[in-house]
Amino acid sequence: MRKWGMVIDLDRCAGCQACVVACKAENNVVHSDPVQEETFRAISWMSVLTVMEGEYPDVKERYFPRPCMHCENPPCVKVCPVGATYKNPEGIVAQVYTRCIGCRYCTNNCPYTLKYFNYFRPRWTREMKNLLNPDVPKRQVGVVEKCTFCHHRLQKAKEDARFEKRELREKDYVPACVQTCPTGALIFGDLENPKSEVFRLSKISRAFRLLEELGTEPQVFYLTEGEWHG
Amino acid sequence: MDNARDDYSKLEEDLIKPITQTGRDFYITVAILLAVISVGVFAWIIQLRDGLGVTGLNRPIYWGFYITNFVFFIGISHAGTLISAILRLANAEWRRAITRSAEVITVLVLFWGVGNIINDLGRPERLLDTIFHGKFQSPLLWDVVSISAYLICSSVYLYLPLIPDIALLRDKFKGTKRGKFYRILAIGWKGTAKQWKILQRMISLMAILIIPIAVSVHTVVSYVFAMTIQPMWHSTIFGPYFVTGAIFSGIAALLIAMVVIRKSCHLQAYLKPVHFNNLGLLLLVMSILWFYFTFTENLTSFYGAEPSHLAVFYAKLTGPYAPYFWSMVFLCFILPMAILSNRKTRTIPGIFIVSCGVIVGMWLERYTIVLPTLINPRLPIERGVYTPSWVELAITAACFAAFILLYILFVKMFPIVSIWEIKEGKELGVEETTARVKSYLPDTVLEKKSGGSGANENDSSSRRENDHE
Repeated sequence: MRKWGMVIDLDRCAGCQACVVACKAENNVVHSDPVQEETFRAISWMSVLTVMEGEYPDVKERYFPRPCMHCENPPCVKVCPVGATYKNPEGIVAQVYTRCIGCRYCTNNCPYTLKYFNYFRPRWTREMKNLLNPDVPKRQVGVVEKCTFCHHRLQKAKEDARFEKRELREKDYVPACVQTCPTGALIFGDLENPKSEVFRLSKISRAFRLLEELGTEPQVFYLTEGEWHG
Repeated sequence: MDNARDDYSKLEEDLIKPITQTGRDFYITVAILLAVISVGVFAWIIQLRDGLGVTGLNRPIYWGFYITNFVFFIGISHAGTLISAILRLANAEWRRAITRSAEVITVLVLFWGVGNIINDLGRPERLLDTIFHGKFQSPLLWDVVSISAYLICSSVYLYLPLIPDIALLRDKFKGTKRGKFYRILAIGWKGTAKQWKILQRMISLMAILIIPIAVSVHTVVSYVFAMTIQPMWHSTIFGPYFVTGAIFSGIAALLIAMVVIRKSCHLQAYLKPVHFNNLGLLLLVMSILWFYFTFTENLTSFYGAEPSHLAVFYAKLTGPYAPYFWSMVFLCFILPMAILSNRKTRTIPGIFIVSCGVIVGMWLERYTIVLPTLINPRLPIERGVYTPSWVELAITAACFAAFILLYILFVKMFPIVSIWEIKEGKELGVEETTARVKSYLPDTVLEKKSGGSGANENDSSSRRENDHE
């Protein structure tokens, strides 16, 4: 069985935010207005943090992209009272929008605060309505949503492979953010496959994971030279 | 004998009076409460229409007023049943006048505890999914099970001791519409010896059953927080800490109810200073116990000095939640200590002030448990601010108003002081207690000679005492 994971090379990230836009377009993430942004209600499955390092004049600005960590022991899955969020066999932490009761217990137990709640009824402009991705369901008000590693792309890749009567190749499945990244800072693949690049990169000395001490075992690895001062 | 009969008819008259006579104050109170409730209903409709965006919640502060209310109301519910069950089982004679007013609190307040958590859901219409598709590994499902059991058992426990009184009312209001209502509820109670025996046995059984359920309820409510891995929620003492807080706030709520009932229903002869004194002392004990837990909980986090815990700790003690935290310490510990530990100030007005303070303080306690953790998630990235919106305030006010309204309606329909239990106390209680107290003491020479079954029992027990020596 495969275990999909991501490696994010922080030394390569240029902070262009292309991944953020690609994610929003691909996954029908609702566009928030400035008021929602100010009141912390905006939804963005992928977000790029800006971190200042050092003191003037020796300052460095660094960028930190954050998708869902797709933990191996996801704390959010444990507490869901209806099984709306679950870990699928290929390592993706998924959310069933039509089952979610909106109790927000999972959002509170996510140590990375990377789950998002729909505080409002989603609204789309007419232009946007025509551009919605038909492969991804629109979310209703009152449910929790999160990064799915563009799970629908995996489905599609599997269907294509079946149609062409061949095995699914690792390169067939790439999330939108990874596909878009111009500097190659985002790398995606199968963490169980010793030949894959993510496997190799996740083992090198530059690799670390967020809040490793909690034992959540994120499947998103970060790479950086020296220590990360986030 | 005639004397006793006069006494009883006076007793019945006193206790049924609140049901038959309705003053102007009643209508004014009900009107005010209905006004508050209708504002709350309006706010609720808006929330249903627009989603939870109308509240002050955001990311990462996903829980706020509603969850605080939920924990608070469930806490208050421990007033009744637990106190009344313990006092019943302990054969505390002074319980007779207060058990019912306590039990009513439990049942009525539970609705608003449950109501608040349903109100907090993003999709309340999917509530039943917790039953049809429930995953028992989630502490929220433990809540569902525990609270439903508690609601059912405490309703039964309220209803059982009501039956003889309902039957009395049925006979009083024979032929009227009210009488019909009481006839249905009385389920054919005739007061035969067999019926009494079954009733007493059932009450004792429920009293025993309800104590572990009540303890489980607030333990499980605390587990909702304790089972997460968030700083200062993930605490092993949360179970007993919450149960203590629950009983503490419950006693305060009961005392407030008693003061109001005593005044508005003119029951000064039934709810006497001794009841307030005893419950006041219990409140003082719980206050000290509560403080001990609060102290332990915070000192442990401070001394361990893990950065993520310290962030929450300082948010409470010196940060944005410091005003709430220190008001809580004042209202829940300093004020009760100051007023209740002195016999001169442990009067009914004094106890009333303390109880109101404790209620506010315990609400703040729940608030300072829920919020400081949420504004300080483990990763030092998202930092939120939370200000409740008018919708949350209106719905919270409406919950309190609705609880008070239901309570008033209960007082208007049923005797709030149990008539038969007071009678029983007059008939049997005094003798029983005398016999019990005598059995504690070494026998006098006279009694030894007189013999009889009771004396024999005393003999054996006193002999056992001697053996120990």
